[in-house]
Amino acid sequence: MEASKERYLRQINLTGFGPAGQLKLSKAKVLVIGVGGLGCPILQYLVASGVGTIGIADDDVVQLSNLNRQILFGPQDVGQYKVDVAKEKLLLLNEAVSIQAWRKRWSTTDCINYFKEYDIIVDATDNFASRYLINDGCVLLDKPLVFGAVSKYEGQLAVFNWGSKEKTVNYRDLFPEPPMANEVLNCAEAGVLGILPGIIGVMQATEVIKLITGIGHPLVNKLLTYNALQQDFFTIQLKHNPKAQHFIPATIEVFKNTNYEWLCSLNLKDETEIDFEKWLEIKHSSVLVDVRASFEAPRLDAYDPIEIPIAELSLNWHKLLEKQVVFVCQSGKRSLLAVKMMLEQNPEARVYSLKGGVNEMLKKNLI
Amino acid sequence: MGIEVLFFGQLADITKCSTLDLEYIGTTDKLKEIVFGRFPELSSVKFAMALNNEIVIENTAIKDQSKVAFMSPFSGG
Repeated sequence: MEASKERYLRQINLTGFGPAGQLKLSKAKVLVIGVGGLGCPILQYLVASGVGTIGIADDDVVQLSNLNRQILFGPQDVGQYKVDVAKEKLLLLNEAVSIQAWRKRWSTTDCINYFKEYDIIVDATDNFASRYLINDGCVLLDKPLVFGAVSKYEGQLAVFNWGSKEKTVNYRDLFPEPPMANEVLNCAEAGVLGILPGIIGVMQATEVIKLITGIGHPLVNKLLTYNALQQDFFTIQLKHNPKAQHFIPATIEVFKNTNYEWLCSLNLKDETEIDFEKWLEIKHSSVLVDVRASFEAPRLDAYDPIEIPIAELSLNWHKLLEKQVVFVCQSGKRSLLAVKMMLEQNPEARVYSLKGGVNEMLKKNLI
Repeated sequence: MGIEVLFFGQLADITKCSTLDLEYIGTTDKLKEIVFGRFPELSSVKFAMALNNEIVIENTAIKDQSKVAFMSPFSGG
């Protein structure tokens, strides 16, 4: 028996998997973004299973506080780049696998340049900026995404963008907008049980192998939540959310120029928020820009706004040049985002967000 | 008779409980209102709602004996 066949014999012998499943794995190309608590077990199992080509990306170095969960690393690796150590150790596990390593934080340009080289993208990152960036990239570039995330004693798992385009959902169908800064604690602040990303990461690797080989029922359009303390699984069915598509950049060009780091560092408390009375004072010298989608009601026709949905804002700065601008949306959150986007374009811009948005105007019978 | 409400992730840190049994409440919007009244901090954080294991996108009628989950986004990895 040839060595490669013997190596994978236990899975080749499985009914439904067989030599055909192994051949599919050997031809598959999987990109794992993030080589941390999730990334380590994902990579170990994908490499051991014989996935042919694996891309890894991370810009971080190994720290001592990583070692409770990032099981590719030991104390001797502290201070070294994770991708360098990971590549070396993974090749010791299975030298037949081709590993492409990027020592960088994944960017919108990287999505555009490199997603096409892979069949499946795996989100093993540890922050919302990367998660929304990867999600939007997968939607725009039509790539399946295996999502995993953890918090303290709980984890989430999902498969997005798999199947026919009309039926697929993505992370924004679940959570259309990233949380504001400080709204959700990260692992460094909240802590995480070391074994938890191991469990979620191994489940992500399982989904990758199911997608490649076609066995079983992958977790498509569902969100699984796992609770380690209760040893409990809770699964919900996701569906298309009309709000979601308005937050995804309208084109690849807009995506390329979107600064996710910055979008996810917004702070709600901002002096640029003004109430309705303050707006009336400056109404004659400003333009009102409604950043809601066209289907959102009621419309503000009585106030004669310029209508630019937020996803198209960055294509329309020319309409707002030299003007004092008041942004409005349904609740006052997107309009605040619009303020930040405009200030990034032009730090000198005179720009405000109408606090509470249309909801507040409705309460005061102003519409 | 009534409904079971589940809180996940940091939402349970806010409510200090992971489950809550409530009297029957007719719609998901009404339930949100009641939950916000009880835990005002919830109104300022992002969450998704699921009614009997299906995501809720718009206001939906709740049947008696239903299970409603409040899900929190997780960033860690």
